[in-house]
Amino acid sequence: MSESALPPSLAAIREDFLALSVQDRLQLLLEFSDTLPVVPEELVDPDAWERVEECQSPVFITVDTTPAEVMVYASAPEESPTTRGFASILVQGLHGMNPQQVLAVPPDFPLQLGLQNAVSMLRLRGMSGMLWRIKRQVDEGLAELAATK
Amino acid sequence: MSFPSDPSPELAGYAHPERLVTTEWLEAHKGTEGLVVLESNEDVLLYDTGHIPGAIKIDWHTELNDPVVRDYLEGEAFADLMSRKGISRDDTIVIYGDKSNWWAAYTLWVFTLFGHQDVRLLNGGRDAWVAQGRPLTKDVPTPPATTYPVVERDDSQIRAFKDDVLSHLGKPLIDVRSPEEYSGERTHMPAYPEEGALRGGHIPTAKSIPWATAAEADGRFKSHGDLVDIYLTQQGFEPGEDIITYCRIGERSSHTWFVMKYLLGFTNAKNYDGSWTEWGSAVRVPIATGDQPGEAP
Repeated sequence: MSESALPPSLAAIREDFLALSVQDRLQLLLEFSDTLPVVPEELVDPDAWERVEECQSPVFITVDTTPAEVMVYASAPEESPTTRGFASILVQGLHGMNPQQVLAVPPDFPLQLGLQNAVSMLRLRGMSGMLWRIKRQVDEGLAELAATK
Repeated sequence: MSFPSDPSPELAGYAHPERLVTTEWLEAHKGTEGLVVLESNEDVLLYDTGHIPGAIKIDWHTELNDPVVRDYLEGEAFADLMSRKGISRDDTIVIYGDKSNWWAAYTLWVFTLFGHQDVRLLNGGRDAWVAQGRPLTKDVPTPPATTYPVVERDDSQIRAFKDDVLSHLGKPLIDVRSPEEYSGERTHMPAYPEEGALRGGHIPTAKSIPWATAAEADGRFKSHGDLVDIYLTQQGFEPGEDIITYCRIGERSSHTWFVMKYLLGFTNAKNYDGSWTEWGSAVRVPIATGDQPGEAP
């Protein structure tokens, strides 16, 4: 576990989860699911959405990268609250970070939330897949920015 | 069986119609003493967003598996789980879930390993119930604990292990994964090689029949006539034959196992729960690639 490397916003989310019993962690995940920010249609080009294949439920993410800030958008159906919860943690937790901070998020962050016993390792891999795809899109965004300079 | 079967004509053609109930039947019978309704989903939070009134949540991942060994609970732990959920040995159980009942079928399969006598699926699962506008609630029932007997799991009848599959090669075998997984184009989920298998392809001689072949778009099983046409006429399987189904970890293949066992009446149908995550990483087992079944070695 690379706990020292966690940015404050993600560290706070982790502390919130770890302070709860295993059952209550599920309820907190449900709250995240309920508060996944709605993406205004005009904000994202429909072709920009990338499907997260690691999740069996359909979840799509897209990332806007500027030198100063990374904006992550995610969309997942209401019938997939766990997947929505994972997406919401990342969207809210990464909010306001710059590209370097996002790229530095430890890939095992999803495993630091104490959810293994509550949701199972297999399901948590969906969240790791989202994080990996977000970082890859940030990398691509930085490369595009460098190319258009 | 403690409850009479659902007499709906929709189910009458199946080999074992007593293994299915319709949404109408469940709505009419739920709440009756001796009938337990269980929700088993891929999504561990879905039950909490609303479920059939009186239904109890059961989770395949976190409750039916041994926490350490890749195996299911032993008899004592299963009895304890049943007791905590208020289930008696002679209760009729109806299971339903998301994703066309994948995980509901997997849970039914595990209950069957423990010889629970009367366990049924809700045809169409959660989606059918919701689509018909039937009632949902967030109230979580707290049934009093029961005494459930400790019954040792019987893996000999409906469960196949890797060695069983090896000695089965040449007999009917169904791979229910996607065509890309079957051909070997796709070995695992990108970025997560440890989750998938080290090699891609399929077990030689396995026919590729994706699980959804057996399902209608609305999540219900296809009619008996359609299933006969697909699995018996087109594929040439016969209900007297031994048959094994597999997928990646055994959930999608539980769906097809249910079809073979209870809807088409194969007396000796088994699910290979080790599936591709075991086979595709095992040393020296034969593998075929491409879209043809391949030969038994």
